[in-house]
Amino acid sequence: MSALPITFPEVETTSVELNVNDRCYQLTLQPRTHLADALRDHCGLTATHVGCEQGVCGACTIEVDGAPQRSCLQSAKRFEGRQIRTLEAFDDDPLMAQLRAAFSAEHALQCGYCTPGMLMTARDIVLRLPDADEARVAEELAGNLCRCTGYFGIVRAILRVLRERNSTVSSQEITHAA
Amino acid sequence: MKPSAYSLIKADDLAQASAQLAENGWGSKPVAGCQSLGAMLNLRLAQPESLLDLDAFESLRAVTDTGDAIRFGAMTTHAAIEDKRVPDPSQGLMPFVARGIAYRAVRNRGTLGGSLCHADPAADWISTMPLLGATLHVLGPSGQRDIAARDFMTSAYETQLVDGEILVAVSVPKRTTSMQWSYRKLCRKTGELSHAMTSGIRDSSDGTERVVIGALDGAPFVVERAGLMTELLQGAVREQIVRQAAPELELDRRHTLMEMLRLVALDMGKTR
Repeated sequence: MSALPITFPEVETTSVELNVNDRCYQLTLQPRTHLADALRDHCGLTATHVGCEQGVCGACTIEVDGAPQRSCLQSAKRFEGRQIRTLEAFDDDPLMAQLRAAFSAEHALQCGYCTPGMLMTARDIVLRLPDADEARVAEELAGNLCRCTGYFGIVRAILRVLRERNSTVSSQEITHAA
Repeated sequence: MKPSAYSLIKADDLAQASAQLAENGWGSKPVAGCQSLGAMLNLRLAQPESLLDLDAFESLRAVTDTGDAIRFGAMTTHAAIEDKRVPDPSQGLMPFVARGIAYRAVRNRGTLGGSLCHADPAADWISTMPLLGATLHVLGPSGQRDIAARDFMTSAYETQLVDGEILVAVSVPKRTTSMQWSYRKLCRKTGELSHAMTSGIRDSSDGTERVVIGALDGAPFVVERAGLMTELLQGAVREQIVRQAAPELELDRRHTLMEMLRLVALDMGKTR
């Protein structure tokens, strides 16, 4: 029996220029390649995780022009001209440091797969909703799935940071363009 | 999964975009926020030949006050409505609905018009716009036309739009504090598409009493008549309306909708 002839169609590629973490990346991608794959496979920025690729799990959450978005849902080409920030950009961010410490203290991660998306979302919650209570934090976290912790640790960690920030005036001003 | 190959096309202006879509036919679709379509692309439930990127058209983001209505550009994001960064003609109903759409990261990109054109029966704006008596402004190869929101969706994922037509804006009539509203949906998980949806408005200034049942198999079901909210306190009326909206519905879902209609009627007495 001879093998069936399999022909692969020609796939067009296009040049994509992305501004990620204040660096410019010149990439050659297929139009269908979504941003999360472009970040991981073509920019080498692997903090952004790919989970469900349906917009539900939140592991791929990044910041676009100052507001969190999914990076798995559309072509990287559509992010040209936007300011993209991935978790790698927040190494020296004082609020992200505070969140990392709280996540450690409150057992807000176990396997760590959801953590990059959780941190991006948590930072948005803290900046956008400084008066959020436990119920609101839980509501806002609905877009990030965690299969290890049962969420209680994550909610506690975010509430801890909100408490810390409300009780002390931060010495370093953190700008947030939501 | 990854999408099957498609090409991403751009146009110089909306008229050209419309002409290009008309020429390309059904294999080509305009794309706005891409938050619902993106998931369908990845799952290969949708395999378009090309997507026409609407991002470049700033006019689709303009929100203007036209006197008796607010005209929302079709690419107004859910988050802009949630945060009240755009005017609210609906006494808090639209921001309330916006906050319940999916998740914040999705709301930052997903758009009012994109959601309407996608026409998922369980989505929010496709039921909310008929409830508020909105008008949809469409640009097509044969010029502009207006479509009443309650006539827009024909069946699941199907609208009145023909090849080449693009939804450019949605006008929502302004309501004053004389309007009361209720919006209830049933989700097992926060942010998921709803399993059942009922909503209603009552405006004492012009006598409007309207109820919408959404998340059905097809288009939302609209009932409008004087005295409706009082009538809804009777079980027989609720049963009749639900049977009309969804004749084939199994018993437990029918009872869910009847109870949700009762709650909508009770909500009318409450202040927000």
